[in-house]
Amino acid sequence: MNILSQLNSVPMYMICGGIVMFVALVCLVFMVRAYRAGKAIGMDTSKMKRAIIASATFSILPGVGILLGVIALSGSLGTPWPWLRLSVIGALHYETQVAQAAAEQVGMNTLSSAEMTPKAFTTIALLMSVCIMWGMVLSIFFNKRYSKKLTGDDKPEKKKGPGFGDSAMTAMFIGLVCAYIGSYLGNFVSGNGNFTFTGNWMPLAVAAVSALTMAGFIWLQEKKKQAWVESFSVAGSMILGMAAAVLLGMAF
Amino acid sequence: MDNENIIINNTENAEETAEIIAETVSETETAPANPAFEKYSQRTHIIGRIASGIVLIMLLGAPFIMGLFLGAMPDLGAVGKGFLSVGLIWTISSVVEYLVYTPMLGAGGGYLAFITGNLINMKIPCAINARDIVGAKSGTAENEIISTLSIATSSLVTIVVLALGVLLLAPLQPVLQSPALQPAFENVVPALFGAMAYKYFRGNMKIAAAPLLIMSALFVLVPSLTGSTSFMIIPSGIMAIGLSFIYFKAQQKKNADK
Repeated sequence: MNILSQLNSVPMYMICGGIVMFVALVCLVFMVRAYRAGKAIGMDTSKMKRAIIASATFSILPGVGILLGVIALSGSLGTPWPWLRLSVIGALHYETQVAQAAAEQVGMNTLSSAEMTPKAFTTIALLMSVCIMWGMVLSIFFNKRYSKKLTGDDKPEKKKGPGFGDSAMTAMFIGLVCAYIGSYLGNFVSGNGNFTFTGNWMPLAVAAVSALTMAGFIWLQEKKKQAWVESFSVAGSMILGMAAAVLLGMAF
Repeated sequence: MDNENIIINNTENAEETAEIIAETVSETETAPANPAFEKYSQRTHIIGRIASGIVLIMLLGAPFIMGLFLGAMPDLGAVGKGFLSVGLIWTISSVVEYLVYTPMLGAGGGYLAFITGNLINMKIPCAINARDIVGAKSGTAENEIISTLSIATSSLVTIVVLALGVLLLAPLQPVLQSPALQPAFENVVPALFGAMAYKYFRGNMKIAAAPLLIMSALFVLVPSLTGSTSFMIIPSGIMAIGLSFIYFKAQQKKNADK
């Protein structure tokens, strides 16, 4: 039996699938508890349903993108392990980099099934787990205290009135988006040497198409009073942005 | 400046950012005490800790259990060396992510997001979008509930998409890997941030303009920084929060004068 057949065997699927199912169960428990708690404190159930629908539609396309990561890694690590890693804890951009780096540590020239051995695989798998577990570790030890600090529950006196917290969250997110948009621009302008304007322009073009589509959705929502589009506006904008990437890829 | 220096400097910045966020949120907004929500919140931490602990043990134990089937245990020496060479960077990165993103995710959402991963490219924008759609305010019980619902839904959808994808891997692989579709899947994140940029910049251009210009200038002048975009979020975020605070104070003063 070659290494990929071993890595794609039924026991491997059972081990990884069992963990994925446990995590799905945890998500379900959190979801049901949050919904019930929302009802108990008098929240509008239609608001909660809107949040669920918007989050579900929002997640499908990035989910397909992550699936490509599973496919990319499955050629060298088999399918079950990348499936587990990218369903649980992992992030698309981290997993491939850590897997590559881990492969070098076990003496492989490159992450490939040709060089893979059972020992190399288990070593790479453990190193991937150890490298990207710290967010979860910090959550276990500090989430409660940090959350209390954030909501001010540890302070005896509470001030009334509109707060800056909401603006701070929005501002942090704006900062995050600015960093990414700036990186797309920098990549295009100086990606192949300073001010050569010959770098990768695709991310910038895709972001622009996606932004224009979002403008269209917001126009429909605000001017044409089509409130229902709000739940699908991000997913719809992403679809058109990605479709533009395909068309531009064919044209240039 | 090499990557490690950027990370170390940004860890310090991240701590400052987290402190700013924590202080500003706690100074000004608190959810009214509600016994049902208090009980929910307490249990969320208990369940979150237990679930995170179990998943952690499973993930660390899986390579050994797989090793039993494959007849080869992990080389712990190589794991140690590998961790020292690549793991330390990811550890610092995880600390930065934890400090910066927990305020956006809330308690329940935080446990789930750090279990299921894919924060920047999925969970954070997803939670922010859901919060925005229903108009939930930071630091409120409503925000905590919406954030948890959003991240749990997003995680379940991802799990289902990946499970279906793995199940249908043979027929799907040629389609998903066809060269014509590659530009689409290589640009999922720009498509996401393009849409979010329009949505968030349009009403907040006063806050977005300076970080956008400065970040663009930095990436143009130092193109190697594109490899550290996730760390450049910290100075960009600090700048945006600082500007937002200045406008917030100015608005408060204006309201008081009235």
